[in-house]
Amino acid sequence: MTLFNSLVLNTSLFVLGLFGILVNRKNVLIILMAIELMLLAINMNFITFSAYLDDLVGQLFALFILTVAAAESATGLAILVSYYRVRGSISLEHGQILRG
Amino acid sequence: MYLNIVFLPLFSGLTAGFFGRKIGPYGAGILTTSCIAMTCVMSLIAFYEVGLQGSPCYIDLMSWIDSELFTISWGFLFDSLTAVMLVVVTFISTLVHLYSTEYMSHDPHLPRFMCYLSLFTFFMLILVTADNFIQMFVGWEGVGLCSYLLINFWFTRIQANKAAIKAMLVNRIGDFGLALGIFTVYYVFNSVNYVTVFSLVPSFVDSTIVFFNTEIHCLTLIGVLLFVGAVGKSAQLGLHTWLPDAMEGPTPVSALIHAATMVTAGVFLLGRCSPIFEYAPNALVVVTVVGAMTCFFAASVGLVQNDLKRVIAYSTCSQLGYMVFACGLSNYSVGVFHLANHAFFKALLFLGAGSVIHAVSDEQDMRKMGGLKKLLPFTYGMMLIGSLSLMGMPFLTGFYSKDVILEVAYAKYSLPGHFAYWLGSMGAFFTAFYSIRLLYLTFLSECNAYRPVFLNVHDAPIRMGLPLAILAVPSIFIGYLTRDMIIGFGTNFWGNALFVYPDNLNLIDSEFIPIHMKLLPVCLSVLGGLSSYFFYRYKMKELYRVKISLLGRSLYKFLNRKWFFDKVYNEFINQPLLGFGYHTSYKAIDRGLIEMLGPFGLSNLVFNCSLLMKKLQSGTTYHYILILLLSTTLFVTGFFFMDSLAGVDLRLFVVFVLSVFVFSH
Repeated sequence: MTLFNSLVLNTSLFVLGLFGILVNRKNVLIILMAIELMLLAINMNFITFSAYLDDLVGQLFALFILTVAAAESATGLAILVSYYRVRGSISLEHGQILRG
Repeated sequence: MYLNIVFLPLFSGLTAGFFGRKIGPYGAGILTTSCIAMTCVMSLIAFYEVGLQGSPCYIDLMSWIDSELFTISWGFLFDSLTAVMLVVVTFISTLVHLYSTEYMSHDPHLPRFMCYLSLFTFFMLILVTADNFIQMFVGWEGVGLCSYLLINFWFTRIQANKAAIKAMLVNRIGDFGLALGIFTVYYVFNSVNYVTVFSLVPSFVDSTIVFFNTEIHCLTLIGVLLFVGAVGKSAQLGLHTWLPDAMEGPTPVSALIHAATMVTAGVFLLGRCSPIFEYAPNALVVVTVVGAMTCFFAASVGLVQNDLKRVIAYSTCSQLGYMVFACGLSNYSVGVFHLANHAFFKALLFLGAGSVIHAVSDEQDMRKMGGLKKLLPFTYGMMLIGSLSLMGMPFLTGFYSKDVILEVAYAKYSLPGHFAYWLGSMGAFFTAFYSIRLLYLTFLSECNAYRPVFLNVHDAPIRMGLPLAILAVPSIFIGYLTRDMIIGFGTNFWGNALFVYPDNLNLIDSEFIPIHMKLLPVCLSVLGGLSSYFFYRYKMKELYRVKISLLGRSLYKFLNRKWFFDKVYNEFINQPLLGFGYHTSYKAIDRGLIEMLGPFGLSNLVFNCSLLMKKLQSGTTYHYILILLLSTTLFVTGFFFMDSLAGVDLRLFVVFVLSVFVFSH
């Protein structure tokens, strides 16, 4: 597996996550999953470069990011739950009350 | 004493104005009248000293403006010209003050009236005694201001207000010309003192000046601009429209302003600036032609006016034309002579008219008078003297000056001279015609007044009668008495006050013109008077038939509506100007262009831009994310181009960003 291939994979995953956020209009869960996907893509990127450059710092960062991602999804889901309690739905369409 | 002449009227005027409530109408009348009377006595003494003894007086009172080259002081110059004007102004003013105390006695604002009259006299005295152009301008504007105040003395009348505004504005056009003239004088001579300017004039005979991108002979330019000022103040053709309308003021005001003082300021200016005019022959031609046309025009309009005061007003306008063209023909002494004579009999006529109007319950229309001879014998006699004098009947005052004017016009043997002579002679015919018409319609014809009016007619009380009687004396004699002194052969009365270039001197030639040319004006006057009497006495019906015929009616309309000057002015100058003021300069430029480019447009732009920006925040998450993505992309892309942008001014970037906002909608 060359560097190029793994970079293509990582970038595609990242863009996929990005589009997951962009294209999705309703489901908050999917957005959270897309964010997770983007973080995973970034993680893979770190690891790829860490292996390629033979440097440990990348993996260190990957570990950190795993932690952060876990914490982030925990908080996100918590927000989601409380949101659902208030609204009775997790659809984003009803959230357009904060307009400029 | 000389300063008292000027400042006594100011004192009495201010006292009557500020403390009128304390001293009451009676006190104000006594105070102002006595102050002016004292001024008059002192003026006579000054006339004796300055005019007869030949000792001009020069007072440098105090410095006014002192800035390097431009130094002006409050200075007073009493020479023969000033002395003549002083006597005329203060004499008439005294009588008008006395007359007003009776004429206006039922008016609740008498102190204010007396205050204005005195202030007017003061400003007129400032005008004639000034020793520099700027101080003269103070008086010039002052009399304009006081005429405004006096014309709309009855400020509740809309017509009086309109007339006063008109008088002020039309005068201001002339004043603008005069101001330009004074600027030019200062530009050319670096001084505004009479003494300096007039002594420097001969050195500037050939110099030119660039005015409106054209090169003009500078003395001609100064002369014409000063004359524009005189045109406004002296109601010459073109800016004459204010004078007849100014009859809206009380009658003593008309007598003071429109007979003796204000309108004579223009002639005084011509006389005062004679050294400039003498070296500007083209300006003199302009003066002559305009004066002659005014003389003819006003006399012809006076023929068919039905308002008692308007007839006299047009007669004033016409007589001013005589004075102005006399000055234009370099005979300043003759012009000033006529000015002085005219002041007496015109004041007599106006005050007489006031007496008539007073008698017939403020009716001014001559068609509603008539038959007043028996009831107002005294006023009739006074008006008769005034009218005959105005017509230039032989051996009355008007004869001595008017005929000399026409003689010198003929003796000029030049085109403008003959133009003035013939127009002036026709004017003399008309003058006699309307004077007798006025007398006939007012006093001699069948009575046309209402019965209650007719029953209440009373002749002038003493305080109105006395001024008339006093004025009648100079109206008969003053021309004969002062003729030799003022325009006599080789008189040294004028000293250095008036300057006539020797080539232009033709007073002596006028003695030797053909005898029939000398007799013609007198004959025309007599003929005019007789024909007027004949027509109105015996041919009234025929006159009426002529008037209602097709041709006669259009002619009558033409003359009665003042040659349509007002109509033309209103429709071709005033209304387009007002229209321009509203539609173009107000609506299109002020509220349009400037508002759009300035405050209103800018705030609108910011508002619209912010509305646009507001829409970016739609409240939908995926929009935010898209914007986030796009701007991150832009930012990152920017880093790639950072190096190539190194040479570009960053301000351009600011301009670019701003222009994105400006052209975004």
